[in-house]
Amino acid sequence: MSTIVFDGVSHSFGDRSVLRDLSLTLTERRIGIVGANGSGKSTLVRLINGLITPDAGTVTVDGLLVAKNAREVRHRVGFIFTNPDNQIVMPTVEEDVAFSLRKRGLGAAEIAGRTQAALDRFGLSAHAAHPAHRLSGGQKQLLALAAVLVGEPQVVVADEPTTLLDARNSRRIADLFRAMTQQVIVVTHQLDLLEDFDRVICIEDGTVVADGAPAVAIDAYRALLA
Amino acid sequence: MTARTLTVRDLAQIAIFAALIAALGVPGPLSLGVIAVPITLQTLGVMLAGAVLGARKGFFAVLLFLALTAAGLPLLAGGRGGLAWFTTSPSAGYLYGWLLGVLVIGYLTSRLLPKYPFWPALGATVLGGIVMIYAIGVPVTAFTLHLPIWGALVDASKFLPGDAIKAVVTVLVARQVHRAYPGLIPRRRAVTASSATSTPTSTATPTPARASDE
Amino acid sequence: MIGLYSPGHSLLHRAPTLLKLAVLSAGVLWVGILGEPWQLLVALGIIAGLYPVAGVPPRAAWQQIGPILWILLIAVPIQALLSGWVPAALMAGRLLAAVALAALFTLTTTVTAVLEGFQRLLRPFDRWVDADRVGLLVAITLRCIPLVAEIVTEVLEARRARGTQGSLLALAVPVVVRSLYAADAIGEALVARGLDD
Repeated sequence: MSTIVFDGVSHSFGDRSVLRDLSLTLTERRIGIVGANGSGKSTLVRLINGLITPDAGTVTVDGLLVAKNAREVRHRVGFIFTNPDNQIVMPTVEEDVAFSLRKRGLGAAEIAGRTQAALDRFGLSAHAAHPAHRLSGGQKQLLALAAVLVGEPQVVVADEPTTLLDARNSRRIADLFRAMTQQVIVVTHQLDLLEDFDRVICIEDGTVVADGAPAVAIDAYRALLA
Repeated sequence: MTARTLTVRDLAQIAIFAALIAALGVPGPLSLGVIAVPITLQTLGVMLAGAVLGARKGFFAVLLFLALTAAGLPLLAGGRGGLAWFTTSPSAGYLYGWLLGVLVIGYLTSRLLPKYPFWPALGATVLGGIVMIYAIGVPVTAFTLHLPIWGALVDASKFLPGDAIKAVVTVLVARQVHRAYPGLIPRRRAVTASSATSTPTSTATPTPARASDE
Repeated sequence: MIGLYSPGHSLLHRAPTLLKLAVLSAGVLWVGILGEPWQLLVALGIIAGLYPVAGVPPRAAWQQIGPILWILLIAVPIQALLSGWVPAALMAGRLLAAVALAALFTLTTTVTAVLEGFQRLLRPFDRWVDADRVGLLVAITLRCIPLVAEIVTEVLEARRARGTQGSLLALAVPVVVRSLYAADAIGEALVARGLDD
């Protein structure tokens, strides 16, 4: 597993402070992050692959400083967004998966082979040449997962991956997260997804208010909501 | 479109506005209540590209849209497209006029920001979005159809009321957008000092205005 | 990415894009200098003959050439009044021939092939223009068209639900703002997915 270290991290948007002097070391295989809207959890996970650079403090992935080695870190850390519509950047399903493999020094045959394998794995082969926007919401999130996992990241970070999905599709995505061999860091409001996770962190107002076994942290979160 | 000067965020904005110009062509020509003249919203997209994104990004957005249309995608209002509309069609000049128009609107808008007063802004939008576009479109029509300039001008004037409305709408929209979403058009050199405070890696960081859960 | 392309396997479909483009340009120049009505008739006959050769369905051809006929319906009488029927007929014939040639190119060439042709034309200028990046931008734009179309539809529906129809401003402001948010989200995804060059 990779080691992700936040050291004294603070960040604000304009005059609104979203993270305050936060330090964390993440080594567990499956980590959940919970917190109310606006608590700072989306910002926290965006620091891991350098989508946001903190105002103060440092973030490292396996000793690599994210701010300095963003490209290297992004190869190791795959990111799943809430809205798959914004994550899909190419017109057709297979082009979108293949996009993740560009500029990695792979031959065309290698890229085609890996793309095909990823589509097979997520049951999207029949849609390979279809326009991505014609897929259903659940299929779009599957495509997003396929496009991230085809790059063989060591860590998969997901920011509320099931929020826009119906019950059946969110269960399907949750199952896929459980089955992943990668290190997984998931921000979610779907608390049952985290029940068998190794560690759950509860964020409130830019700081960690609970951190530990799922039952403990989720109870703390429920208490906050009450 | 050189790799060195456009950030990833710029690229995304260019692509989205090229797509916006295309999407505004989908309803096809529509009539506006009292005025019985067909107008298409596509030139609204062109004017907005200049007034919202500025000269450089706006120009690329229009160029990209035109290239896709020339390549054979039916993106012009009413599902038209193909090389003929850029080469031999009597209305081809208007499409090239869009490129000049977006540059003029974008340049003048960047001079008017951040205050963006209504009447000068409307003047800038009319100059770029109507005068410049007609200045290329009308002579081309006259040349292709072997008409005298006045003949082509009379023909073009039926679009004038619609274009005037679009110019007003563009200014009103741009005003609200620049207030809700500052920093879309990079300031001129004189004020680069103030923009240097933004982080160099902020190619795609969400702006404060972003409505998501931070 | 089918666009206006009319699928087929004719000689015109298989010819290299840039060769077709060069022949098209030469053809347009050629009909432009023809001075006699009979010469133009021959040229029009040749071009018309190319349509069955390419196997283009008449409907697809009409969609391309139809609009120009409406323009000519107005322009020819004006031109005839101003300078006589022969120049008017010549003008109409040249225009028709040129439009038909350009349409033939569009109907027999896939969008992908045209874009690849554009990229090849840009190659000599790679000092100023990064052809790969242009290709990438084109692909992202094609992805964005359904995305923005959806935004427009949603805003139109919301407007109808609230009964505030008619104001162009009430349509344009939310469409532009939501499009800019979408651009930010897509920019973020592009960076997360490795586009930081």
